[in-house]
Formats: sequence, C-alpha cells, structure tokens
Amino acid sequence: MSRERRPAATLHIDWTLCDGRGLCTELLPERLARDEWGYPLARDGSGGDVPLAASQLEAARDAVALCPRLALTLRKD
Amino acid sequence: MNEALWALGRGTGVVALLLLTVSVVLGIVTRSGRPLLGLPRFSVTLVHRNSSLLASVFLVIHIVSLFFDSYAQLRVVDFFVPFLGAAKPFWLGLGTLALDLMLAIIVTSLLRRWIGRRVFRVVHWFTYALWPVALAHSIGNGSDGTSVWFLALALASVVLVAVAVAWRVSANFIEFGNARKGETR
Ligand code: SF4
Repeated sequence: MSRERRPAATLHIDWTLCDGRGLCTELLPERLARDEWGYPLARDGSGGDVPLAASQLEAARDAVALCPRLALTLRKD
Repeated sequence: MNEALWALGRGTGVVALLLLTVSVVLGIVTRSGRPLLGLPRFSVTLVHRNSSLLASVFLVIHIVSLFFDSYAQLRVVDFFVPFLGAAKPFWLGLGTLALDLMLAIIVTSLLRRWIGRRVFRVVHWFTYALWPVALAHSIGNGSDGTSVWFLALALASVVLVAVAVAWRVSANFIEFGNARKGETR
C-alpha cells in the first residue's frame, strides 16, 4: 500500500443512531454516497467503518460535530 | 449613562429575539434533512447553532445593561427566579423563565456529546416553550413592545415559526420519508 492509500483514521457510522439526514454525505462526498432511503453508504463498500485519507480528516471532524444524531465517531488507527 | 444603558438593553433584547427566531426556524427546518434555499444541510445546522449562540451573547448584554440601569430595578435574584420583579413582575418573570430555559438548552447542546442524546433531545424540545415565552416577554415588558414596528416584526416572526411548524407536521416533511415508508412517490 502506498502512503496516501493507508487510511489516516476510520469514520464509524452507528446505524442504530443514524437517521439519514445527509450532513455527512455532503461533507464527505468522496467517501460517502446515499442509499435510496437517504442513509450514508461508503463508496468503497466498507460498510459502517469508512477509511479516511488525511485530507478528509477535517471534513470528517465537522461531520462528527454536526451529525444531528451523534451517530458518527472518528477512530484514529 | 442611564439612557445609554436603557437603549442598549432595549436594542440587544430585540436583536436576541430575532436571532432566536432565526435559530428556531432553522432548527425546525433542518430536522427535515433537506438543504434550504441552496444552503447545504451542514450550513443550515451551523447557522442554527451560531445564531442561537449569538442570541445568548446579546441576551447577556441585554440583562447586564438593564441590571445597571436604575429604571429596570433588576436584582440578581430576578436573573434566575421568575415573577419576583419590582417592576412588571409578570412580564419580567417571563423573561427570567426564558433565560432559564435558554441556559438549559445551550448548556445541554454544548455538552450533548457527554450527557447523551436523550437528555439533549428532551431539553431541546423546551425551545417550543422558550420562544413564545421570550416573545411574550418582549411585547409585555419591552418599552417598544407595543409599538407598531415591533408588533409588525413580532407578527412576521410568528408567521415564520408557524409556517415552519406547519411544514414540520406535514406528511412530506422528511426527505426520503416516502421511500422509507415504502410508498411510491
Ligand atoms: S449526519 Fe449523522 S444522521 Fe445524518 S446521515 Fe450522517 S450519520 Fe446519519
């Protein structure tokens, strides 16, 4: 794995809390898409633990702070 | 000096109320999960948060300036315990009540990560009490409260909030609501 490809952190989505309000998908469009019910979906199919590049950390932090349902947590690897 | 404090107290009170109205309307609207007038969802949430924080700043100036103004006859106890005021105790009491609610809502919002979602949500619901109480306080207690311009502003605010609430309880409020209920669009 090249340096850029190794994830800097993981964004964990707690599906039991998420209400699909779409803030995180707006902030991390490179990483997250929305399913047909509006819930976030990792573009790379990684499910509820989305690997992030260093350049996406800032946006991920905003998403964690702004998620109306407190469904997001950032885990440093 | 007194005149200046009084003017400051009046002005900041009006601004705090208007900011609160903005925050309430955006808070209701953003619950739908939709962007608003081209603003992305996270911006709506940010403006919601920042307008209420700014409202509390204006609220602090409002209270402190009127505390030092001798006409208002405020005592420290009136900050926290409603309906004990020397002048217009009922209308002042509503202001105190609004301040107490505001404090509870702001503190639980800032600490929502640590106190848990349930407490945050329940206390956040008090906003539906806070806003009308604050509005009533401004009309009943404010020296501009019954002037035409202020009543026009108040009426516009009521209409805005009412429209937001009406949309909130309407069937199509939640984005993807139809898809989630398994209905065809
Ligand atoms: S911001 Fe939170 S509630 Fe909204 S879609 Fe993302 S995880 Fe779900």
